[in-house]
Amino acid sequence: MEKIPKIWRENLITYGMVIIAYAVMQILISFGLVSRLVQGLLVPLCIYVILAVSLNLTVGILGELSLGHAGFMCLGAFAGAFFSKVTVDAITFSPVRFFLAILIGAAVAGLFGFLIGMPVLRFRGDYLAIVTLAFGEIIKNVINALFVGLDSNGVHFSLSDRAALGLLDDGDVIINGAQGIIGTPQDSNFTVGVLLVLLTLFIVMNLIRSRDGRAIMSIRDNLIASESIGIHVTKYKLMAFSISAALAGVAGVLYSHNLNSVAASPRAFGYNMSIMILVFVVLGGIGNIRGSMIAAIVLTLLPEMLRGLDRYRMLIYAIVLIVMMLFNWSPKILEWRERHSLRELAGRLRGRSKV
Amino acid sequence: MFKKVVSLALIAVLSMGVLTACGNDGANDTVFKIGGIGPLTGGAAIYGIAVQNGAQIAVDEINAAGGIGGVLIEFNMQDDEHDAEKAVNAYNSLKDWGMKILMGTVTSRPCIAVGVHSKTDNLFQITPSASSADVVKDNDNIFQVCFNDPNQGIGSAQYIGQVGVTGNDGNLVSNVAVIYDSSDVYSSGIYERFVTEAANQPFSVVATEAFTEDSNTDFSVQLQKAKDADAQLIFLPIYYTEASLILAQAAAIDYFPVFFGCDGLDGILTVENFNTDLAEGVILLTPFVASSPDAKTQAFVSEYQRLHDEVPNQFAAGAYDSIYVIKAALEQSNAVPGMSVSDLGDALKLAVTQITYSGLTGENMTWLPSGEVNKAPKAMVIVNGIYVEL
Repeated sequence: MEKIPKIWRENLITYGMVIIAYAVMQILISFGLVSRLVQGLLVPLCIYVILAVSLNLTVGILGELSLGHAGFMCLGAFAGAFFSKVTVDAITFSPVRFFLAILIGAAVAGLFGFLIGMPVLRFRGDYLAIVTLAFGEIIKNVINALFVGLDSNGVHFSLSDRAALGLLDDGDVIINGAQGIIGTPQDSNFTVGVLLVLLTLFIVMNLIRSRDGRAIMSIRDNLIASESIGIHVTKYKLMAFSISAALAGVAGVLYSHNLNSVAASPRAFGYNMSIMILVFVVLGGIGNIRGSMIAAIVLTLLPEMLRGLDRYRMLIYAIVLIVMMLFNWSPKILEWRERHSLRELAGRLRGRSKV
Repeated sequence: MFKKVVSLALIAVLSMGVLTACGNDGANDTVFKIGGIGPLTGGAAIYGIAVQNGAQIAVDEINAAGGIGGVLIEFNMQDDEHDAEKAVNAYNSLKDWGMKILMGTVTSRPCIAVGVHSKTDNLFQITPSASSADVVKDNDNIFQVCFNDPNQGIGSAQYIGQVGVTGNDGNLVSNVAVIYDSSDVYSSGIYERFVTEAANQPFSVVATEAFTEDSNTDFSVQLQKAKDADAQLIFLPIYYTEASLILAQAAAIDYFPVFFGCDGLDGILTVENFNTDLAEGVILLTPFVASSPDAKTQAFVSEYQRLHDEVPNQFAAGAYDSIYVIKAALEQSNAVPGMSVSDLGDALKLAVTQITYSGLTGENMTWLPSGEVNKAPKAMVIVNGIYVEL
């Protein structure tokens, strides 16, 4: 281990955690030891891990607060689902179709991240948070008002209602306003999810360790200083923001192909969802990739594991969330933890044995 | 280091949860395990809780009377927060519990997501209130107790066209306006078919105005447009909370058309701080009327009021009926709890198309193999604060 540089070792631990978790789950599943609830949660867990890691790129590495992450996820989900629904008969080999859907979802979300980033990234801090929040809501509301149909004459658009599409009899409504897209093929599975998690980690961790990543972090640490040494601030901000958006789009594609329908409902893609992803990032540690992975997994599993508590479930969940935040980040508790840590204990024991 | 210990402990606890939930397959041979899914928390919780309460009353009644052929029912309702993804989690959690029959889900979008999985398992599913046509489309294992949205739209248009509604000016209505919620599946589903069917009817739609869940408090623009277009009737395929605002705001601009709604309007008389005089003359097509003199309805309403201190709505009544439909189908097919999910599914799918059921939300209901219910819509008008059948 000594010969491997520390940075590599850190990265290998992160990849290793994902691969080991995957292997353990697969073994447990093959022995029939995993409940259906947890099997059903595996793909959502991958989705939320990708979302948390990608948002950490904006929040932790670029140092800008974004509250519109669910909006980019929504774009990816719809772009991917649209593609799959249209080509479900043309491309019957589902891995290829799903691969293309992921590329399209990432490209669309990344493109919108770029377009939105241009005006928005002129803001900083709270202002940026509010503007991204608004953009996330705009994306959701526009998709809710959008009707797209397909018939032998081509594609029809409308912003009023289904009847205004004027579809021929052979036509089919693809995006049905607030009802969204129904009937996407269920191409997502745990293996693909884990591969996408690894890809996300690969992209984000390599970016951080690259020259571009150091430029991005220098902007976070001191904007004026990095400008003064000739770093192109807008370019690097846009780079981080659109990569983050594209990865959220990937998570969206995974989401829309895990369920058979996708609708731009406030529950799935509203600002609550954006804030939920931000909670993963903050709880796991801003800038800490491994931490946001673990936080995403724990906070997604928790409400499901608490199902036995019936109506008190969401109350208990909220209380646990507060306790975890305090435990992880309250200065007094950090101090207490320092004093009662195992390392401290081991040190004390060692000290005593010397005496 | 301490953090690591705590995270390891947390992982251990969670993995206990992962591993423990699969040892109860053999225990459900003595009872019928019926699952329920609906929003018990969040914005749509009133519907889910009503369904839970209504279903529980039916389950308790059946169990108190000795069960189904001597076999008791166990009912377990899980929360889906009105979200498709959480609904699938709830479904999987119920499967772990040993569910053999599903009563749910309450709302349409989660129901469509759950349908994929219940179809794969061939599990018999009956929904009290998920009314979108997509719920039963391509799913031969799902049945609806409620009317589906397209049928409500067609039914409303035919009622206004064929039976005729007298406007407040004394003439038969010929100009109709529609105000609907374009962000809601239920509302837009009814609206689409209403407008399509209206083309075949002897009245004309003079204004169609939409709102969304983000703009559901001020309707003055929509009402003014309807007034300017000289609409004698406003069709409201929406829920009662928004409808109560529309009624109040129409009165404020001295506009008194006939208001016509679907089952979503049921409950309008219970809105707090709403002047119920304004609801006089409102017509609604609804399957359930809490004030009906029918003995079964009265027994249900008084039991519900005793337990929950409020008048049950159509969601509660639909859930009550759903449980009794399951009972009737189980009796028809002579099913036993030991049957596998898929065998029970096959037996019930067939049995439910053979039974005729009369309950709170309809007389002589029958089911098509496609999953749609066949029952006569009831048109009600509000007179002196109570529903009167038209």
